[in-house]
Amino acid sequence: MILLTRKAEFSSAHYYWNDAWSPEENQRVFGKCANRNGHGHNYTLEVTVAGEVDPVSGFVVDLKDLKAILEREVLSVYDHRHLNLEVPEFAARAPTTENIAISIWQRLDGKIPHAKLHRVRVYEMPDLFADYYGEP
Amino acid sequence: MTTAPANSQPKAYLSRRYRLSASHRLHTDAFTTGQNRATYGKCNNPHGHGHNYIVEVTFAGPVDRTTGMVCDLGELDRFAQTNLLDRFDTMNLNTLDPFRGIVPTTENFTMEVHRIFEQFPGAKLTRVRIEETSNNSFEYSE
Repeated sequence: MILLTRKAEFSSAHYYWNDAWSPEENQRVFGKCANRNGHGHNYTLEVTVAGEVDPVSGFVVDLKDLKAILEREVLSVYDHRHLNLEVPEFAARAPTTENIAISIWQRLDGKIPHAKLHRVRVYEMPDLFADYYGEP
Repeated sequence: MTTAPANSQPKAYLSRRYRLSASHRLHTDAFTTGQNRATYGKCNNPHGHGHNYIVEVTFAGPVDRTTGMVCDLGELDRFAQTNLLDRFDTMNLNTLDPFRGIVPTTENFTMEVHRIFEQFPGAKLTRVRIEETSNNSFEYSE
């Protein structure tokens, strides 16, 4: 089995806010990320798929196909968008790095031909990232 | 598409990197001068040398339904400031308590950082990885 990783970047705005809490509680838990005007990041996405090497093509997956799937399923929805306001899954859950990794997994799982999704890694910044392996 | 049960909290891994600069000298009294030079090469320079270390710590846990987080990042940063950066940044590792009688190789430094972050109460530590230079990195997990 071979693991193959494709990287992509998207730039998005977000904020952290829980409507069930008072403004003070939001401020205490989320700090400066609770600013309702939002802020943004250049996210780096790494998608790792696992599969067998096709004896004829020598590929696990066709990278053109993988790139197109990432574009269609993730980048076209997330890039240059406000995650809280414009991406449906974040209407009800905070767009933290952890939840972005989980959401991208859910968007991609089962959509990559000939390979199995192995890991979704999302860097919010070079010094902060989350991994999701599909574990319930 | 994987659909988690409505009440489950999926398990994710959060990694945070901290940067610190420190000096060290690789040397053991158990070896002769010649053996130290042969084993540690230029790292045995009596005056020491230094690195910009990158310490990467990984925590695993269910993503809290309310906060969307594995652990409170502010709490983790404060813990790292007190227990890692304040103790090791801009220091000579050989002079510090954890390296009394222990060579401050990055292997040993990685295990010491693991012992430190194991104590973080907010989430379960699964891995420590330290980059000594962009060409050398060391990982430890139990």
